[in-house]
Parts: sequence; C-alpha cells; structure tokens
Amino acid sequence: MDILHYTEAHEAFRKRLRAFCEKEIIPHVEEWEANHIVPKSTWKAMGREGFLCTNAPAEYGGHGLDFLYSVIVAEELARTNHTGLAAPLHSDIVVPYIVSYGSEEIKKKYIPGCTSGDIITAVAMTEPDAGSDVAAMTTIAVEDGDEVVLNGSKTFITNGINADLVVVAAKDPAVENPHQAVSLYIVEDGTPGFTRGRHLEKMGFHSQDTAELFFTNCRIPRKNLLGEKNMGFVMLMEKLQQERLICAVMAQFAVEIMVEAVVGYCKSTKDTTGKPYSKHQAINFQLVEMMTEAHIGRVFMEKLVADHMEGKNVVRETCMAKYWHTDLTQTISNQVLDLIGEEATAERSLILRGWRDLRVLPIFAGTNEIMKLVVGKMSGL
Amino acid sequence: MDFTLTKSQKEIQKAVRDFVKGEFDKDMGLDLEKERAYPAEVLAAACDLGFIGIHFPEKYAGADMGLFENCLIGEELCRKDSTLGLALMLTGYGAECILRFGNEAQKEKYLPVVADGKAFSAAAFLEAGQGFDLRTVQTTARKEADGWVISGAKSLVLNGGKAGFYVVLCRTDDAAPGPDGRMSMFVVDAGLPGISCRDAGRRMSCNMLPAADVTFDSVKVGADALLGSEGKGFSQVNAYFNELRVVLAALAVGIAQGAYEKALDYIKQREQFGKKLVEFHITWHKVAAMATQIECARTLAYRAAWIFDQGRLDAGLAAMAKMTAAKTAVAVAYEAIQLYGGYGFMTEYEVEHFYRDAKFIDLFCGAVGVQKDVIAETIVGKIK
Repeated sequence: MDILHYTEAHEAFRKRLRAFCEKEIIPHVEEWEANHIVPKSTWKAMGREGFLCTNAPAEYGGHGLDFLYSVIVAEELARTNHTGLAAPLHSDIVVPYIVSYGSEEIKKKYIPGCTSGDIITAVAMTEPDAGSDVAAMTTIAVEDGDEVVLNGSKTFITNGINADLVVVAAKDPAVENPHQAVSLYIVEDGTPGFTRGRHLEKMGFHSQDTAELFFTNCRIPRKNLLGEKNMGFVMLMEKLQQERLICAVMAQFAVEIMVEAVVGYCKSTKDTTGKPYSKHQAINFQLVEMMTEAHIGRVFMEKLVADHMEGKNVVRETCMAKYWHTDLTQTISNQVLDLIGEEATAERSLILRGWRDLRVLPIFAGTNEIMKLVVGKMSGL
Repeated sequence: MDFTLTKSQKEIQKAVRDFVKGEFDKDMGLDLEKERAYPAEVLAAACDLGFIGIHFPEKYAGADMGLFENCLIGEELCRKDSTLGLALMLTGYGAECILRFGNEAQKEKYLPVVADGKAFSAAAFLEAGQGFDLRTVQTTARKEADGWVISGAKSLVLNGGKAGFYVVLCRTDDAAPGPDGRMSMFVVDAGLPGISCRDAGRRMSCNMLPAADVTFDSVKVGADALLGSEGKGFSQVNAYFNELRVVLAALAVGIAQGAYEKALDYIKQREQFGKKLVEFHITWHKVAAMATQIECARTLAYRAAWIFDQGRLDAGLAAMAKMTAAKTAVAVAYEAIQLYGGYGFMTEYEVEHFYRDAKFIDLFCGAVGVQKDVIAETIVGKIK
C-alpha cells in the first residue's frame, strides 16, 4: 500500500513541472551559479505556470492544492542540481506566515503576487549574534502612532537580494521575557531604512542570493503586523512542523538523486577486465547499503508527509527527520564522492556541486543540535 | 622508543610557524583561490628558506632531509591555511618520481628548478573515465630509433598548463602479461611540440594551482626521456604513491589541526543561550572526538614517514596513514563547520575551505576504496 497517494492530476503537474525545469531552469543553472542569483523573470515564469504557492488558499489567489504538490515541487527542483530558485522556502515556509497570520487586507494584497512570482519572499530571523538562540535577537520594533519603527540587522537571509517582501522578526524592547517580546512584521522592498548588505559568499548554494539585511529607523505601517503583537514565538513554533518537514523532504530527494547518480556511475565504469565497478563486491555492498538508507529515509519521510497532511501534530518527529535526513545527505554525498574519486574533485563533474550545496542542510532551519534539543525536551528527557 | 622530535626537526617546525605568521594572509588566500591566481611571492619566500624539496639532496637544491621533515613542513603550512599550504606543497607534484628513479642528468635538470620555485612539476597519470585504475592507461609511447613518440590524453592533471615538465605514465609493451612490464614512465618537457592543455576549470580545492586535460599528440622525446627502467612504470608509480600518500597524510593532519584550532577559538568566544559554546556538554564530546582522531592520524602519519626514512617501504602503512588522516581531516573540518553554524558555511570564516581541502586530499591519489585495496593487497594479496 502506498503511503502517499499521487493522483493523475499530481502526475500531470509533475510532468509539466519537469518539462519546465528542463527548458527554463537547467540550461541556465551554470549562469546563475556564476552570477550568484536567479533572475526574477524565472520566478515570474514559475508563477505564470502555476508552480508557486500551490498550497496557498485559492480564495486569496493561491492554487489551493494539497501539500503533495509542494513535495513534487521540492523533488523536481532538487533534480535541477541548483538551489538558487528557493521556491519551497517561498511557497511553503514564508508565505504560510502570511496565509495564517496576515489580516484580510494583507492576504489580499500580497498572496496573489506571491503566487504569480511578482513578489519573492524571505524570512528574516537569524542575526549575527542570534543563530540557534533565536530569543537572543536584538532587532527591535517600537510603535509610533500608526507606524512601527524597526532597527537591527539580520544575516544569512535566503532570497535576501531578490526579496520583494520580508517577514521580519523583531522584539518589543519594553517586554523583558524574550519569548513574549517577539512580533512578526512584513516589510516591503523599497521601504526607507530597509537596506541590503553584502551578498554573502558561501561554500555552496552559489546561485542562492543569501544576504545581510539592515533596518535603520525603518518605518512600516502598523497594519503590517502578522498575527498578534508579541506572539511571534508562538507563531514560529506553529510553523515549525512544515518548515522542518520541507527540509527533510529536500534532503531525502537529494539523497535519492545522489544514490541514483553513483549507481549509474558504478555500473557504467569498468575496470581493466571489463567488469563494472558495481560488480566489485565491496562497492556492490556499499551501494546496497546506500540504497537501503535511501529507502528507509523515503518511508520515514512519506509517513511524516501523510501525517502532516492529515493535520496531525508531528513536530517532534519532523525535528527527528530534519536532523536524520540532513545528516544522511552528508554521509551519502561523501560516499558518493569517494566512489567516483579524483574526477569528483572537478566542478565539471556536477556531483561536486551537490556535495558543496548539501553541507548547509544540517545547519539551516535550526541546526541539527537544536533539533536534538527540541526532540529531547518534547520526549521528556 | 622515542616519540620526540629531534632538535633540527623542532627548528624546522618553528621556522615554518614563523614563516606562515609573516607570509600567510587570510584575505590574500581567499582572493587568490577565488581568482585562481598563484601566490608566487610566498612560494619564492618558502623556497628561499628551503621549505620546498627539503628532502632532495643538497646538490639538487635540497637539504638532504628525510620525508619526515618534508611532512613536518607540509603539516605546519596546511595548519595555518590549508589552501595556501596545498598550493605550496603541490608545486612539485610528481617530482619524487625523478628523485627516486631519475638518472643524474634528469635530477640535475629537473629537481633544482622545483626546489627553487622556478618550475612546477606535474604527474600525468590518470585518464578520463577510468576511475583510479592505472592499469587501464591508454597513452602509448612508441619506441623509435632515436627516442620515443608519445600519444594519448591525460585527464585532470594538477599543474597542467603551468608545469615545466610532465611525468607521464605510458604503455610501452602491449604484449606484456601484467601491468608491470607493460608500462614505462617518461619525463617530458612542457614546451615540446604536440603537447596541448585544456583548462579543467575550477575544482573543489587547490584553485591556486591550475589543472588541465593534457593531450600528447605524437610528441617526440629523446631516449633520455625514459624515467627509471623500461617496463617498470607501473611499479614506479606505485612506489611514488607510497611516498606521496605519506605526505598527503601529513597535509591532512595539518588541515585537521588547523580546523580544530579554529573551532576551539570559536567555541570559546561564541555565546548562545547565555553561555559559551564551550560550556555545552555536547561540545565537550565533539572536541574530545576531534582531538582523538587527530592524535590517531598524526601518530600513524609520523610512523609511516619514519618507516619510509628507515628505507622500509610499507605500502600498506602509507595507505592506512593517507586514508585515516584524510578521513580525520574531513570529519574534523566538518565538525568545525557545524560548531560555527551558519558562519561555517560562509567563505570568509575559512573553516569551509579547510573542509573542501580535506575532501580533496581524501579523493586525491586514490579515495578510501583504493586505499583499502592497497592495504588488503599487502596483507592477504599474497595468499590468493
């Protein structure tokens, strides 16, 4: 029995998306990697074809489709061997804050643009001195009449350069308990006092425009508050499940693609006697172990996706999955490089990019150490 | 048994530490790696101090030291900056083939220029699509009356395009029953007609050094281009790898040590949740694991170098050292990135290049599968 039920409509969507990726994404990846950014026109093309915000409600301009469409987008994008077009982050992590906590006015104003690709979103939580320790953030939000004044700086922001709209976490300086001081606000590109810092250079994710964001007496309308004031932490916690699940899903697909690639390599590369590497017993066993781990990962991930779609609370399990699946990307990608050997040291062997890109997965969206901390707490340890 | 370094070894170690303090600069390293440009002045300074080719005889601009001393230098260079360290230590890639198998004239011609930093050398062994199995080498050298004619294509040759000469592994006798007998080694001047290089592009590491696919199109060389004995190319390559693997082990120990020290500095100053990272119990265990791995790797690498200098070639031990030290460097640099968190993934915080450089050593000159084959061959290979 299948855990997930893909219908013909899902498969038709996947087929369209795959064709889109082959035509509009894959031929441009090298250029985007070199330019360290994906052009906004590609985001718009994604939107035009209906590949963004598939899960956002139709009444506000989203596509109103189930979460399996998000899973399909994550899988097909993983097959493009680049990370710049961070559509899962936009559609399934940032936009849900607007969907769940935005006022009617906010939802009507922004969700159609998020769906069409005219608005690219980012979420600004991490700060130079507040990474794992989100509560240590120092960006402040002070009300002033009908406006809120933001001051502070954020870092490692995915889509930081391209973002037209940023969900910013900031503290009320009047509240002492940091967990009751955080609010979430929407800041539009072009707002005076909102500037972007450096485009950060990284080990991988080269096509991804990760950047620093600065807010200096940045005045936004008070109605840009998401949800209730000072309830930011609760909102962040509520959205954790899907965010971490998306990470696990991305990691699982990366593992499968890597294993597929190395199995192909070992079957087609032959030794002096004409025997393929895959028939060398130790390599054969190693491939079997890798395929087994990928399979275990697939079952675990699919079960969580099914539970998530049923509305079950699986925060604890998704934290387990975020660490387990992203750790698996590391052991697998390192073994894949080992099996290919010296040829894999060159960027022209495209498998290397996967290894470089994947290194951040055990770090972002809460380090794997934080995942274990959360699981431990939730398990009564 | 005495594990302490000799007075002269300690002096060498200190000299390298002083050198890197003065000559290595973080921003210079990051810029050069990005631009694929070489730190020529740093190499010149290192050569002036005798750090390159210290294991060459004095008459070839070396210092008559052992492989152990060469390893100490490599370790200290990579410890300070793995990328700059590799750029300096790999300028002479393949030169030991001449040191060990060359005749007097070849040594005189090729070794001093490497030790003085006037020429890079390049080992042209691997060919495209063949993994690391050198028995499948297709490049041929055909014997003629006054020399040899070399034809074939070598893949991803480090220093290709910049090297003054290539050490090339060729087939010379297709009729020979095994790989030994079938192949010979040649030293070929880079300027000869028929040699062309195509840039292999960026790599995960070592971008200060070029790499190229090198094609030999009926390249005529004299009889004096034969390096070592005709038909002995395969065993000479393996002997060279035994030596190279010990050096790579030492470079990996340096990379691990450098990443470890950066992580130690960081966890002592970075605060999260109201305390320093170093105060978390899990950090303690990470540090303990890193330190233990480094200790194991260094002990093995030093022993392999010491055995080599005793004149006892031990292919298994060299492979164990290379495999263990490279895996250690990968694991330690990995953990360093993890301790740095998001900063660890950012180029300017450096630990990510220690990780890339570690993985490069892990894959270079045979990844773990090849090393295990070599080790097992020395243990049970004779039984079958």
